Amino acid sequence: MSEGQVAHQFDDARQQQETAILGMWVFLVTEILFFGGLFAGYTIYRNLYPQAWVGASRTLDLTIGTINTAVLIASSLTMALAVHASQTGRRKSLVGFLVSTMALGAVFLGLKAVEYAHKFQEHHVPGPHFAYSGPDSTHAQLFFSFYFAMTGMHALHMVIGLALMAWLVWAARSGRFSPDYHNPVVVGGLYWHFVDIVWIFLYPLLYLVGSR
Amino acid sequence: MSTFSAAIPGKPDYLSDGYGLKSWLLTRDHKRIALLYLASITLFFFLGGVFALLIRLELLTPAGDLVSSETYNKLFTMHGLIMVFFFLIPSIPAVLGNFLIPLMIGARDLAFPRLNLLSWYIYVVGGIFTLTAAIAGGVDTGWTFYTPYSSTYSNSHVVLTALGVFITGFSSILTGLNFVVTIHKMRAPGLTWFRLPLFVWAHYATSLIMILGTPVLAISIVLVFLERVFRIGVFDPRIGGDPLLFQHLFWFYSHPAVYIMILPSMGVVSEIITCFSRKRIFGYNFVAFSSVAIAVLGFLVWGHHMFVSGQSVAASVIFSALSFLVAIPSAIKVFNWTATLYRGSISFQTPMLYAFGFIGLFTMGGMTGLFLATLGLDIHVHDTYFIIAHFHYIMVGGAVMGYLGGIHFWWPKISGRLYPEWWGRVAAVLVFIGFNLTFFPQFILGYLGMPRRYHAYPEEFQVLNVMSTAGASILGVGYLLPLVYLTWSMRYGPRAGPNPFGAKGLEWETSSPPPTENFVVMPVVDEEAYAYAVKKSPSHV
Repeated sequence: MSEGQVAHQFDDARQQQETAILGMWVFLVTEILFFGGLFAGYTIYRNLYPQAWVGASRTLDLTIGTINTAVLIASSLTMALAVHASQTGRRKSLVGFLVSTMALGAVFLGLKAVEYAHKFQEHHVPGPHFAYSGPDSTHAQLFFSFYFAMTGMHALHMVIGLALMAWLVWAARSGRFSPDYHNPVVVGGLYWHFVDIVWIFLYPLLYLVGSR
Repeated sequence: MSTFSAAIPGKPDYLSDGYGLKSWLLTRDHKRIALLYLASITLFFFLGGVFALLIRLELLTPAGDLVSSETYNKLFTMHGLIMVFFFLIPSIPAVLGNFLIPLMIGARDLAFPRLNLLSWYIYVVGGIFTLTAAIAGGVDTGWTFYTPYSSTYSNSHVVLTALGVFITGFSSILTGLNFVVTIHKMRAPGLTWFRLPLFVWAHYATSLIMILGTPVLAISIVLVFLERVFRIGVFDPRIGGDPLLFQHLFWFYSHPAVYIMILPSMGVVSEIITCFSRKRIFGYNFVAFSSVAIAVLGFLVWGHHMFVSGQSVAASVIFSALSFLVAIPSAIKVFNWTATLYRGSISFQTPMLYAFGFIGLFTMGGMTGLFLATLGLDIHVHDTYFIIAHFHYIMVGGAVMGYLGGIHFWWPKISGRLYPEWWGRVAAVLVFIGFNLTFFPQFILGYLGMPRRYHAYPEEFQVLNVMSTAGASILGVGYLLPLVYLTWSMRYGPRAGPNPFGAKGLEWETSSPPPTENFVVMPVVDEEAYAYAVKKSPSHV
């Protein structure tokens, strides 16, 4: 089984697995730098316009944000359990945990869409239709720009993650993984946890600035 | 050693392992993907060259008579964009690095062959976006996309072009990722880090920059895109945004990007110098670590692009000092190459001519870089032809010389054929003369005060501009010649054999062109790199 899974450029399954995992870690480093640009800009403007940041942050829906944080943390748990199931060769629970991870991810995105819809209705989206009555309303636009850019980029990563999970479910169901070969699950798990971690930083930076 | 070079009867080399279009477009062989890149970057190189030619023709006369100022803006923008993002950055890594790294480390392929092919497709898609923008009317922001002009005011095809650059960036990221993982995990038994060819070290350092820098360019472009298309802006001064923030983000990538261009060239030069002076490199560890040092320091100097942009004096002083530091590892390399030549058995074949050209021109480019890192002097020459000359000495005099030297050096390995040596030398000399005639006058022009990015200039600058344009014509001939004779040699050149230059390194121990699996017997390494002078009794005893 494992022999057939080793690609021609590798000597053995172990080298292949180490390589795949290192590859994903390096990719995650590039992701950190990608989000890093946003975090750097956020930090600069938050220092320049603290009043605008506090006021605009209070308009965000803290309840949904908090629920979403819990949802994502739960999805990290199911993802970790999925990786464990793949290592121990329990195909049914692997599929089950992957599907629950996807379900939790979908809940997150659904709630995010509700939040976005509210923001559109309240005219809190920067641009010509922006209307906002809080403190320092000009600069508050910057906060909302970061809000949409950061959560938007995060949501895009979630969508990519869901596509990855869907492929993993398909591969797991068709019996591709075994205790000897389950690199895609491990690597997909690393990606999923990374996307969660980004949210763990976004949540306080966006929702808790005003410390209500 | 002959055990590696013997071709198995019935096992074809990589070039004859399938002939159809599909066997190329769906290949996972790093050597074939390298050739796909070679074809596409050559196309972009000559396209960028056409824009350069039009620029030089316009500047032949003081009056802005050939093209309008708007067209001229688009010409230099397209020239810069194409040369930087579609030629220089992928040039050596994606072609020579792709071809050679697995061979040099004794691997069958890169760690992720499919990802490698995907990188090429991403590059092509990005290229199509940018070309579409060029055909639709071009872009006039300069290759730097400075806000708020790019995000708000420019009426040219910023979005399409920026998307092209954004997409191509992922090709660069994935190539860098592939190299780092490959160098870590795929080395042959016995090939320790300090036995690696310096070409591999240089590519490791380059890959670090690709991995760490390119994502920041990507997010800056996303932010410009959001601001231009959806008005979700973070740079717009009307809502308190800071255009300087864009410059910080942009140069955080784009200054290190200069080292993406020059480091691989340095790796090539290290290989060539050792081979054609028949000596082990002087100070291997210093040359290896200076690549890493350049990569690291390169991330700390971006502010020297913003000395006159409103950056604080304190920041400028720090960036100035850090910029000077880059001179140290750069000088280490130049000194060590020179020391390698000392008492070597030097032969002046084509690759060596390019390597010599590199050392001289890079040194000039680097030294004038110190002028520009000096706060007071930079204000005098900022945005003049002095800086144009400076960075062309680095990017063309350095990076392109190294690229051409490398293409000639490994051409017998890539194609299995020898290129015509006499023509090779003629082209190398033409490139050197043409280059200096093009760009040396620009140092003087800039120092005298001719600003960059204008299509008209006062009459007293004409003589130097005519010299520059004349030089560009010679340079153009120098670049066309290899295109002709290398293409010719693929069919008519004499067969090369595994190691025509008597060079050291695993890539020379397999047949030319190599078999698809690279090695018939997987190699085991038991000696240092560049063991040219291994004799029975050391001469210095």
